[in-house]
Amino acid sequence: MLSVTGVSKLFPGVKALSGVDFTARAGEVHALVGENGAGKSTLIKVLTGVYQPDAGEIVHDGTPVRFTTPLQAQQAGISTIYQEVNLVPLMSVARNLLLGREPRNRLGLIDFRRMNRQAQEALHGLGIRVDVSRPLRELGVGAQQMVALARAVAIDARVVIMDEPTSSLEPREVRTLFDVIGMLRERGIAVVYVSHRMDELYEICDAVTVLRDGRVVHTGRLADLERLRLVSLMLGREIGEVRSEGLTKFSGSHRAAAEPVLQAEGLTIRHQLRDVSLTIRPGEVVGLGGLLGSGRSETAKAIAGALPTDAGRVSVGGVPVRAGSTPAAIRAGISLLPEDRKAEGISPGLSVRENIALAALPRLSRFGLVDNARVDRIVDTFVKRLRIKSAGPHQKVGELSGGNQQKVLLARWLALHPKVLLLDEPTRGIDVGAKAEVQALIDELADDGLAVLLISSDTEELIEGSDRIVVLKDGAVVDELTGDAVTEDALMRAIATEPSTSSTSSTSSTPSASPQSAESVGSTHD
Amino acid sequence: MTTGTKEAGTEPAVVPEDVEQDGGPGRGERFSALAQQHGALVTLVVAMVAASLSFDTFLTGDNLENMALSSAFLAVVALGMTFVIVTGGIDLSVGSLFALGGVLAAWGSQYGTVVALLLPLAVCGLIGVVNGLLIARSGLAPFIVTLAAMLGARGILLAVTDEGSRTYLVDKDSFFATLGQGSLLGIGVPIWITVVLFVLGAVVLRRTRFGQYVYAVGGNEDAAALMGAPVARTKIAVYALSGLCAGLAGALNAAWLVSGVTILGTGMELEAISAVVIGGTLLSGGFGFVSGALVGVLLLKVIQNVINQIGSLDSAYQQVVSGAFLAVVVVAQTWLGRRRRVL
Repeated sequence: MLSVTGVSKLFPGVKALSGVDFTARAGEVHALVGENGAGKSTLIKVLTGVYQPDAGEIVHDGTPVRFTTPLQAQQAGISTIYQEVNLVPLMSVARNLLLGREPRNRLGLIDFRRMNRQAQEALHGLGIRVDVSRPLRELGVGAQQMVALARAVAIDARVVIMDEPTSSLEPREVRTLFDVIGMLRERGIAVVYVSHRMDELYEICDAVTVLRDGRVVHTGRLADLERLRLVSLMLGREIGEVRSEGLTKFSGSHRAAAEPVLQAEGLTIRHQLRDVSLTIRPGEVVGLGGLLGSGRSETAKAIAGALPTDAGRVSVGGVPVRAGSTPAAIRAGISLLPEDRKAEGISPGLSVRENIALAALPRLSRFGLVDNARVDRIVDTFVKRLRIKSAGPHQKVGELSGGNQQKVLLARWLALHPKVLLLDEPTRGIDVGAKAEVQALIDELADDGLAVLLISSDTEELIEGSDRIVVLKDGAVVDELTGDAVTEDALMRAIATEPSTSSTSSTSSTPSASPQSAESVGSTHD
Repeated sequence: MTTGTKEAGTEPAVVPEDVEQDGGPGRGERFSALAQQHGALVTLVVAMVAASLSFDTFLTGDNLENMALSSAFLAVVALGMTFVIVTGGIDLSVGSLFALGGVLAAWGSQYGTVVALLLPLAVCGLIGVVNGLLIARSGLAPFIVTLAAMLGARGILLAVTDEGSRTYLVDKDSFFATLGQGSLLGIGVPIWITVVLFVLGAVVLRRTRFGQYVYAVGGNEDAAALMGAPVARTKIAVYALSGLCAGLAGALNAAWLVSGVTILGTGMELEAISAVVIGGTLLSGGFGFVSGALVGVLLLKVIQNVINQIGSLDSAYQQVVSGAFLAVVVVAQTWLGRRRRVL
């Protein structure tokens, strides 16, 4: 139906796709999987005309095509449902559904009555009853997703691409979605399904293509692929692979105190986390394992007060921390080094000195005036201790290398004398040498008695850096590896475990689901 | 969870307690929607009733005709502005284009009515297209692009009038002059033209595919693009439309004044924007209607008229009142919008 051969796409400095072959067949649900940066989104954008490939060709219905706009792809029968609902919230459901295809009367004016009726019928076909003349934003996210789906199907689609369609759906809505996917399959439509939820993949997908670092590492029938094998393909690690020790700069275990300094209990965020609990002792590095989208960053952010939680408690040294407030978390001694250094961390236009002092300013000033001598002293200490290489404290941080930027950020948080340090992908995007230095630094900090939470997509780094690993899957803790069990094999097995009794799609245990789910699909009609 | 409730409130996931309970929109929601759509109209009616009770001279034929006439030109400019603002843009060039259109029309009127109308429409429409191209294709900010056009158009105006020293006059007996001066069934021609344009504008915005695209682009530009809407073309069209409206309003104004006055239109872009916003159109785009622009213009003119009637009050205070009123409207809109989870 739709296939690409030898597609490559270059971005400045990165080869997002190199020589990718991919075929979506009629009446088949094809899973497209891979970790962060594997090239899934780029491939989807190439298929839908958002990006043009630098090499390779796209064949649709037996003829080579070149889409330069999403509109062209849509006209060729390729429609996409994005992870975030991509509709216009202020416009009515019907107008969203039929934008660009509105029924018109003889004068060329839009016939609203016919439009609403068509929209109503299209949604009924998917088992959804809503008042189509209401603005879209009055619907729940799940229902909005269904409208997007109805739109995708309505435009006579031959190929439907779904990018993590279930990430914001209630279990009941997931069922509806799966029914619709089954319907599409029977109609001979090719479905490309992107998801990180292994259980879902095995439930509805026929074929799978695994991407890693912009290349196809596996393609074939999903039923022939074991879960464990799939995980190892995604992570790029062989099961039972023999390796020499000491590839990272981590020294191994630390002596940890007996009493945990950080206690997080039952953290829950609707659609993101379910009842996540963990503890960290002073001097201990606890790793958070799991695939992309399993809730690792969300857990760190919830602990640091950067994400409002629906339930759960965080306490430091036995003292409860007010939830949903970063200042409260910082006062309690929790510091978060965020995943996205550029967007959430450094201020590139400010100097090294200003960046380091930023978070500590309230402590370094009196009556609102900053004590410059103290700032200098602190900046000096950390530049030396973390071996930050810069032309001087007044150099702009934006001019430093990635590794040094990361160290500046570390210094910023260390200047607050935290008790708990949450590190989200601390070595991503920095070169090998700097990586080793940051790793050594994490070790040192733990030796100094800091409690560290480490999130890393680099399995090796996670295994060697952590004393203990808490494994997350679909927003819940599925396993905890301690002592000798902290191995790549054990980690991959934990991630690949099949759901024991209840599958994700049938659990309805999210505490907040009950009162609010009533507004979703099926109950908003008048 | 003690804090963070505010953030949570804007999360779609935790949406509408009031929406689902009775199966439809909550009463508060419905009130907010009504207030946003008809608040300006209610205020206008109240202001007019109050004014006619306070001043015998307010509700006279002459006074109403005067107000309507002076509203007409601003209203036509505001009509084009409505389309621009619904796409989430802004057009600061309309004041200059209004003046330029007037001068070009007055100059062109010596060659006949067709030239007097087409010349300003062509020039102002072209400047609008250039605005639209720069904004849609080069991704420049509408504010800056149309600010440049505002200065540039003023410059062209000075060039064609020898630094403003030459004033072109319109022959009082020409057909073109009757477009401004004439009347039909006792009502001035510019008022008729304005009404017709607003009806057309309402139909285009509400009932055509182009109108839907205008809302979609303003409501969520990325989504509109992914849904296959011609985002760039829509943007170019609205700025062209705004330029055309400003040029036409300028031409009609010149016909009314029977001369091309160069000093007109300064600050008119801000008046037009205020009128549109007061009428209930969201400055952030995606929501609005042309009738609101008309109501907004009338409201501004009634305030102006009342202050003139008081007489003892310096007319400078008219701007203070208009400004304060705009501030109140924007605050109310934000508040209503938050209730409706628009902003």
